[in-house]
Amino acid sequence: MNWIYNPWPWYVSGPLIALVLFVLLMIGKRFGMSSNLRTMCTICGAGKASGFFRFDWKAQRWNLILAFGVVIGGFIANTFLSTDTAVQLNPEVVADLQSKGFESAGQAYMPDSLFSNDALTDPKVLILLIVGGFLVGFGARYAGGCTSGHAISGLSDLQLPSLIAVFGFFIGGLLMVHLLFPLIF
Amino acid sequence: MRSIIYLGIGIFFGIVLFKSEAASWFRIYEMFQFKSFHMYGIIGSAVGLGIIITQLIKKFKIKSFYGESIDIAPKDKSFSRYMFGGILFGLGWALAGACPGPMFVLLGAGYLPILIVLISAILGTLVYGIVKNKLPH
Repeated sequence: MNWIYNPWPWYVSGPLIALVLFVLLMIGKRFGMSSNLRTMCTICGAGKASGFFRFDWKAQRWNLILAFGVVIGGFIANTFLSTDTAVQLNPEVVADLQSKGFESAGQAYMPDSLFSNDALTDPKVLILLIVGGFLVGFGARYAGGCTSGHAISGLSDLQLPSLIAVFGFFIGGLLMVHLLFPLIF
Repeated sequence: MRSIIYLGIGIFFGIVLFKSEAASWFRIYEMFQFKSFHMYGIIGSAVGLGIIITQLIKKFKIKSFYGESIDIAPKDKSFSRYMFGGILFGLGWALAGACPGPMFVLLGAGYLPILIVLISAILGTLVYGIVKNKLPH
């Protein structure tokens, strides 16, 4: 049973994500995590700001419960199902990141320089986290879905719109990592 | 009863995302550098099996566990919203190193700065809702 405590390989994780998709379809639900962000806006009263948020959010209650489960899952996996969470990256990536100031590359799950509590006292880090989150939220709704809605369930349904969205995800990601990162870090 | 099922699926999905390292900022960076097969393997095998599952359900009109028909609504036809929205999403995904699912995972795993990312993502959704009629769709 030791394998549980190690990182799970792609050929275990990918099929398990497909299992989540299967179970959701079989209980009559559609896989999509970013819809929850819209529901949260509605619950906070965003219906006053735009008709986009005027919908019966109770119909999305199941998805909020699922998202709450994901939070619990993150806690369980980190606390009880992991001994060492350091991500074994390609050594070239470790060297590259360390030269950019990410000293925790290869030794941690998340970069200390962005996700340690101390990092929040750095205004630059704060701005990067805010801009990154904002783009994810804005872009996901503009594109009508995120990695789960487009890349997993949309592509599984052979939807051309989802393929266009996934191309977009990659264009954006490659621009950020290859063109913008050298300017930021 | 059904709430317990949703919670259970969420917990399972959260564990898979954390243990697969798909919720790690480093893995997303490595993916966009094309320096590891890991993330491509996860997404590729999930989509490969997902295609088989979804197409079998549609072809054989398989009923849900509750005996209802499973209707998967096709996405609206468009190019600009998917491309432009997708690019903005990708820029944020690579910078924050997390898409919406992993944001919830990381919150549970105790990485508190992700709360800033999550709140900003909710704000981004809010701003989209306000300006959406001015954007090409």
